Amino acid sequence: MPAVSKGDGMRGLAVFISDIRNCKSKEAEIKRINKELANIRSKFKGDKALDGYSKKKYVCKLLFIFLLGHDIDFGHMEAVNLLSSNRYTEKQIGYLFISVLVNSNSELIRLINNAIKNDLASRNPTFMGLALHCIANVGSREMAEAFAGEIPKILVAGDTMDSVKQSAALCLLRLYRTSPDLVPMGDWTSRVVHLLNDQHLGVVTAATSLITTLAQKNPEEFKTSVSLAVSRLSRIVTSASTDLQDYTYYFVPAPWLSVKLLRLLQCYPPPEDPAVRGRLTECLETILNKAQEPPKSKKVQHSNAKNAVLFEAISLIIHHDSEPNLLVRACNQLGQFLQHRETNLRYLALESMCTLASSEFSHEAVKTHIETVINALKTERDVSVRQRAVDLLYAMCDRSNAQQIVAEMLSYLETADYSIREEIVLKVAILAEKYAVDYTWYVDTILNLIRIAGDYVSEEVWYRVIQIVINRDDVQGYAAKTVFEALQAPACHENLVKVGGYILGEFGNLIAGDPRSSPLIQFNLLHSKFHLCSVPTRALLLSTYIKFVNLFPEVKTTIQDVLRSDSQLKNADVELQQRAVEYLRLSTVASTDILATVLEEMPPFPERESSILAKLKKKKGPNTVTDLEDAKRERSADVNGGPEPAPASAASTPSPSADLLGLGAAPPAPVGPPPSSGGLLVDVFSDSPSAVAPLAPGSEDNFARFVCKNNGVLFENQLLQIGLKSEFRQNLGRMFIFYGNKTSTQFLNFTPTLICSDDLQTNLSLQTKPVDPTVDGGAQVQQVVNIECVSDFTEAPVLNIQFRYGGTFQNVSVKLPITLNKFFQPTEMASQDFFQRWKQLSSPQQEVQNIFKAKHPMDTEITKAKIIGFGSALLEDVDPNPANFVGAGIIHTKTTQIGCLLRLEPNLQAQVRLLEEIVIYTQVVCLLWCHVCSKWSHLRSSHRCVHLCNLHHPAGT
Amino acid sequence: MGLSSPGKCCKAGGGLKIRFILIQNRAGKTRLAKWYMQFDDDEKQKLIEEVHAVVTVRDAKHTNFVEFRNFKIIYRRYAGLYFCICVDVNDNNLAYLEAIHNFVEVLNEYFHNVCELDLVFNFYKVYTVVDEMFLAGEIRETSQTKVLKQLLMLQSLE
Repeated sequence: MPAVSKGDGMRGLAVFISDIRNCKSKEAEIKRINKELANIRSKFKGDKALDGYSKKKYVCKLLFIFLLGHDIDFGHMEAVNLLSSNRYTEKQIGYLFISVLVNSNSELIRLINNAIKNDLASRNPTFMGLALHCIANVGSREMAEAFAGEIPKILVAGDTMDSVKQSAALCLLRLYRTSPDLVPMGDWTSRVVHLLNDQHLGVVTAATSLITTLAQKNPEEFKTSVSLAVSRLSRIVTSASTDLQDYTYYFVPAPWLSVKLLRLLQCYPPPEDPAVRGRLTECLETILNKAQEPPKSKKVQHSNAKNAVLFEAISLIIHHDSEPNLLVRACNQLGQFLQHRETNLRYLALESMCTLASSEFSHEAVKTHIETVINALKTERDVSVRQRAVDLLYAMCDRSNAQQIVAEMLSYLETADYSIREEIVLKVAILAEKYAVDYTWYVDTILNLIRIAGDYVSEEVWYRVIQIVINRDDVQGYAAKTVFEALQAPACHENLVKVGGYILGEFGNLIAGDPRSSPLIQFNLLHSKFHLCSVPTRALLLSTYIKFVNLFPEVKTTIQDVLRSDSQLKNADVELQQRAVEYLRLSTVASTDILATVLEEMPPFPERESSILAKLKKKKGPNTVTDLEDAKRERSADVNGGPEPAPASAASTPSPSADLLGLGAAPPAPVGPPPSSGGLLVDVFSDSPSAVAPLAPGSEDNFARFVCKNNGVLFENQLLQIGLKSEFRQNLGRMFIFYGNKTSTQFLNFTPTLICSDDLQTNLSLQTKPVDPTVDGGAQVQQVVNIECVSDFTEAPVLNIQFRYGGTFQNVSVKLPITLNKFFQPTEMASQDFFQRWKQLSSPQQEVQNIFKAKHPMDTEITKAKIIGFGSALLEDVDPNPANFVGAGIIHTKTTQIGCLLRLEPNLQAQVRLLEEIVIYTQVVCLLWCHVCSKWSHLRSSHRCVHLCNLHHPAGT
Repeated sequence: MGLSSPGKCCKAGGGLKIRFILIQNRAGKTRLAKWYMQFDDDEKQKLIEEVHAVVTVRDAKHTNFVEFRNFKIIYRRYAGLYFCICVDVNDNNLAYLEAIHNFVEVLNEYFHNVCELDLVFNFYKVYTVVDEMFLAGEIRETSQTKVLKQLLMLQSLE
């Protein structure tokens, strides 16, 4: 076979390449290139027409320069000219240039397509091949538009050369992938399926790829390919190693085609026709049998090709998941590979076995290899192999071997690569929980995790252990004892201090009887860690201390001394200082009974999917999108329809992240009366408790309108019009109420009264002066209301007006639109801050999510205006999805400030909008928010909202 | 594959789909880059550098497969050259590993004991070899005899 000499045919090119290679520096190279570019430019611009050879040479040089990483801004036209040359080599360089430097210049595209069209029609197989390869390489929509109709014809025409058919099949595949809408199915599809029978195996190889891709989208249309693929496969696997001549690779008959056929079959369930099914089973058995035969060659190429087919056959067996016999045989085969001297095979066997482990037929068979897999974990040199071993152990784990597997993973964790530690921690945590028969084992396991790999134990993991201990009283004493012992270690991880602090604060009393863990010893032990911990952990420990005050009256003074110390009371950190002040005060003023109520043991957490599992799913990348979706749905269902929240006990510890906007200085919120249970929305907007008059009809709608605006007409009937003008700043506001007499007759004894329920009175202070009792016909009187928001409130005050008109007594009641969102101060923040805070507020009591249908398409500008009118800042360019709306603000009351983040996610296709809102500590805002959203979407369906009580789970979740 | 999607593995994307083919030397110089997915030039350069960093640190005891972003790289080293194919994670590793070898044997035959310099000076012919064997991200032709026959026929048209 003659070898190709260096750059034969284009001496100038070879010289140029040599020059470039001889350049000693980047500068020299650039200089040489610029010189060449100038040369080429002058040639292209020159008066003398270039011959084809020169044009080809210069275009090829430009291409080389481009491939070196330099921009090329000319020469495209010359390249296009080359396309119409009649010489193969010139055409080839032209097409190559076009393929590498795709240019969407429309003028050129037209010329290129024209040249391609000519070549396709040329009946010259070489030219047709070049044209098809160009289409396949570029694959642009313009090309699909021009040629998607033509290529199927070339593909199935009787007189098309085999090599052109191969190219046409893959060219069509490329166009189908980029523009499926432009490749219409038609008569040609059945003829394409029959290419599986083609004599030329190269044609079959190309056609199989095309059919597989088409069959995935149109399984019905290509159903007949199953039996054809099976018979083709059967002929290949039963052929002698020399039968297929050109297509035999190291004694393996057509390995790549076999793999492709096996993948095509994975688009379908097991064949229904028993004959086809039997034949396929025979094929698969033959492939499995061959794996046991002595190799026909010692070359690795032989075994690789053979095993490529074998692994694909096993994939198909697993995909069908219907033949126990084959599944177990596959498992045994993989078991052999687990101990193979080739790393590649061990890796692939571990990977493949992972999917086998989840089949009910082969799960037990996989389990028999546990020792080998554990050994792999300990001895493999390639971390990716060890990773597969971890995956497989996780997949094969069940109740029978969980203790062993967890123990092995834990011991591996001590030396595991940093890159996979977090994942192993999650897996251990999940397995320990899932298969725990005995929760003491679970507690031990998690504490071990923290000991071995504390830095890799995410919040989800330690939250979860606390949830489980709180929810299971059989393990609480043991947990208290174990954390107490673990904390004795001279250096223990901060996560252990968190878990320890929390558990002892709840259940320290269970071990206090033992003099070795008396209350004082427990306290001293925890407090010895205090100074080494970060602020959130210290905050948690302070909560533990106040819990101790309730649990152990004997240490009360010790703890009060600690709280009183300057390092606490005057701590620079606002959160710590606040807690110290509050707790000290609480421990001083509250009676034992009150303390016992306030600091009661935590109520059980609602049961739901482990957040760890969700985290692991998230880590595992794109193939789990659906799982994630499920998890998300589950979560939102939880939030919206979850079990009744635990009763809110007073004060206690706000979660460390409660200081949402980092504003600090939030004085303790007075404990308002518990919100009435159920349908809060109804409470807010239903009839007022006052029996004076039923609310005027229509006032509801008017009221809702005022949630987002401050001025306008609140009420109107034939006699009376009530207008409003109001302004709010921080926690203060002023409202002007205008009463207009629409008649020509005087109103007598005109008495407007503001009615607040007892609850409301404590939280909202309204001051006003009486108005003149006589309103002349056509006149207007004005009343000023000074407003102060003391704390968050849910209800709205009611304005009742009584007067006498023409001898009849009139009584009108309307709700006065003073809502909590009026005390919003917009807050600007950057995207990063927003989402960091958003993530911190993931606990259900901090988050409200509401999904509702919009009857009308959303208008972006209107929505924006609503969000601003609602009082929060509209944050633009914050959400990565431009369709979403996000806002942030702080609600000012006299006693506290409440940060709120909100996000509205319109789903335009489904006309469903997902509203997410995070509210710290009060439900009111979200109720209003839901209300607003629903009003402007003209929707009257019910809203689901969650109560935001139960704020004091320091463990969050 | 992953533990989170056990059971039926869906062969998403269809067939055997190659994302790109790279030939690099040990110093990281690219000798061939064939892209089957749309990337902009910066992204291509980034991928080239990342692949080089990922592949060159591995030794002979390691597998010929390495996870790479959401894909995997199947690679094989010949003297100072790394031949890398990037495919979907659930694609058939060994089929690509041998596809590389098949390709190298063709190059070896065509250039008569191929060396790195052949790929430099005849870069425009290497593209032709690639297109004969791989097209649209799929394996097009696997018979060395057929490919070489075609290449010689094209050679004669010079």
